[in-house]
Amino acid sequence: MSVDSHPSPTGEIVLSLRGISKNFGAVSALTDIDLDVHAGEVVALVGDNGAGKSTLVKILSGVHQASSGSITFQGKPVTLPDPKSALSLGIATVFQDLALCENLDVVANIFLGKELNPMRLDEVSMEVRAWTLLSELSARIPNVREAVASLSGGQRQTVAIARSLLLDPKLILLDEPTAALGVAQTAEVLDLIERVRDRGLGVVMISHNMEDVRAVADRIVVLRLGRNNGIFYPDASNAELVSAITGASNNSVSRRAGRRSTQSQAGTSL
Amino acid sequence: MSDETKTKGPLLDRSDSRVAHTTTFGGAVKAFFDRVRSGDLGSLPVVVGLLVIWTVFTSFNPIFLSSSNLVNMLFDSSTVGVISLGIVCVLMVGEIDLSVGSVSGFASAMLGVLWVNHGWPVWLAILAAVAVGAVFGAVYALLFNRLGMPSFVSTLSGLLAVLGMQLYALNHTGSINLPYGSWVVDFGQTMIMPKIVSYGLALLPGLIMLWAGYSSIKRRSAANLSAPSLTGLLFKAGLITVMIEAIVFYLNQSRGIPWMFGLFAGLVIAMNYAFTRTKWGRSMTAVGGNREAARRSGINVRMIYTSAFVLCSMFASFGGVLAAARLASSSEQAGTGDVNLNAIAAAVIGGTSLFGGRGSSYSALLGIIVIQSISNGLTLLDLSSALRYMITGGVLAVAVIVDSLARKSRVSHGRA
Ligand SMILES: Nc1ncnc2c1ncn2[C@@H]1O[C@H](COP(=O)(O)OP(=O)(O)OP(=O)(O)O)[C@@H](O)[C@H]1O
Ligand SMILES: [Mg+2]
Repeated sequence: MSVDSHPSPTGEIVLSLRGISKNFGAVSALTDIDLDVHAGEVVALVGDNGAGKSTLVKILSGVHQASSGSITFQGKPVTLPDPKSALSLGIATVFQDLALCENLDVVANIFLGKELNPMRLDEVSMEVRAWTLLSELSARIPNVREAVASLSGGQRQTVAIARSLLLDPKLILLDEPTAALGVAQTAEVLDLIERVRDRGLGVVMISHNMEDVRAVADRIVVLRLGRNNGIFYPDASNAELVSAITGASNNSVSRRAGRRSTQSQAGTSL
Repeated sequence: MSDETKTKGPLLDRSDSRVAHTTTFGGAVKAFFDRVRSGDLGSLPVVVGLLVIWTVFTSFNPIFLSSSNLVNMLFDSSTVGVISLGIVCVLMVGEIDLSVGSVSGFASAMLGVLWVNHGWPVWLAILAAVAVGAVFGAVYALLFNRLGMPSFVSTLSGLLAVLGMQLYALNHTGSINLPYGSWVVDFGQTMIMPKIVSYGLALLPGLIMLWAGYSSIKRRSAANLSAPSLTGLLFKAGLITVMIEAIVFYLNQSRGIPWMFGLFAGLVIAMNYAFTRTKWGRSMTAVGGNREAARRSGINVRMIYTSAFVLCSMFASFGGVLAAARLASSSEQAGTGDVNLNAIAAAVIGGTSLFGGRGSSYSALLGIIVIQSISNGLTLLDLSSALRYMITGGVLAVAVIVDSLARKSRVSHGRA
């Protein structure tokens, strides 16, 4: 058996990326990215600004299409030509820019695209469900019949998170879900991420807050300049993480980290 | 905060102590003024505008507000009103159709050519005209969705192209007179609801309001949500009913309510239901508000645009058919002149935003009554059409200014 203190996750692989690249014209935002997410696992995706994290999330949610590479979801190779196909596979996303319709109210935003009773909208059931979701998140939203334009940044973020939970997804992608949240709401979202994981869902969380990342992540995947730059575990030291993220130095710490991560990924020991 | 009540506990939507919930009548009035101040004007500017316009014209010529003149106005409103209903659809998604005048003119030409010249059954001719309208809309949608052609350019070229088709269709015959005595022409010129029917139909809005409101109150309180008070509902429904019945009574003093206007009002109500109570309407509003957010929610954005353009052109065609019935002719002038501007102006004046994502089918109804009042009043004053154009243009400019200012104010008050 492995002497590695990080047993590989038990759940089956929900999502598997191989060699994903994305070019925006001359800019290669992503180059040759590999990523695995297991059921019941929280993967934190970290990296500096512009590292390509959001781009990766957008590829997985069907907003952008990869220039090359393959995506396997629940064991089957899939293509994600548009957001609808990602949603119907069970991939829910909270985008960094939230993507809410400001002219619609909170209930309408949460249920957008999946309204109950399409020919005669069931407003009452939708409103009840919205309140339930929001109270699970300890949301401080005064009135769900108010247009989203009147909400604060954190309230909007809560709405976006509530929306992603609506349709029992298999995989949740959270792009900086706690960036605008208050203390209680952040704790609530982290709790929620753990609850969601315990229900056997895969979670990919992007965050710049190392404390949050350590608190919930089972694995930490570092991107740097659009490339994989190592895989870490929550007990990795700050110095290791920081140097992997910034690439500040090619020092012994980062070399060691890189070595260790490739080993654990391959599931072998020295 | 957590009060351990043995019963159902606080209402789901009343647990936040920071929100002032208006339960009293005074509170409701205050909330209304707050809304208006923040730029959520709704139909207030139209109602105010209408009162001003009517006061001015009546003071110049008392005939203006006479029952028979108003009935005439209802006949005239219905044709362009139907076209304007289509404009509401495209404005809702933040696009525009500048060719509705030409499309309506071509539809009226088709009616004349197919029905009178080729002897088609009239219903088939109407159906063909509306179907061809749908094709025009589909072409605009294709240009927009696949080639990214801005709708104001594609429909501007459509304006010319379709006008050309209209002139071509009437090339050999010039204008075609539709046979008097046919039900189509009767419908456009003389068919009036029997009084008893008009009073009965006037009850409907109030009754529907009561029924929908009551079932909503029941369901909301069953779901532990706050529900509006029954008295308020009764008051509102009663007020609406009294107002509509009074209008109907006044109009019944002369000829009465035209069936054509009944049809227009029915379409307005149907479209209002579609906009507010169906998934399609919700998607239209979402696409108009934030196209990318709508796409990321899994809405088929292209389909929504297509439905908007197709519906708009179909309403334009149908409006053209009604206009032909009204004039009992298919002429080369049909749909030209101010039809285009009036249809668009009506929607905007009625409160549908040019910026997308905000609007209501009632704006077509309210707006066209404003436009028709102006043109009718100016005609009674014997003003030249030169002046009529200038004044209508000015009113449209004012409406757009109100729209833009209200939008700015909404942004700064956190209302989209
Ligand atoms: N639509 C686009 N068109 C062109 N370039 C883009 C586009 N989206 C992203 N990029 C580029 O791709 C790179 C990665 O961007 P991305 O948004 O994925 O970064 P990120 O890791 O999410 O950064 P942050 O932490 O700031 O959110 C950047 O260099 C950016 O300029
Ligand atoms: Mg980002």
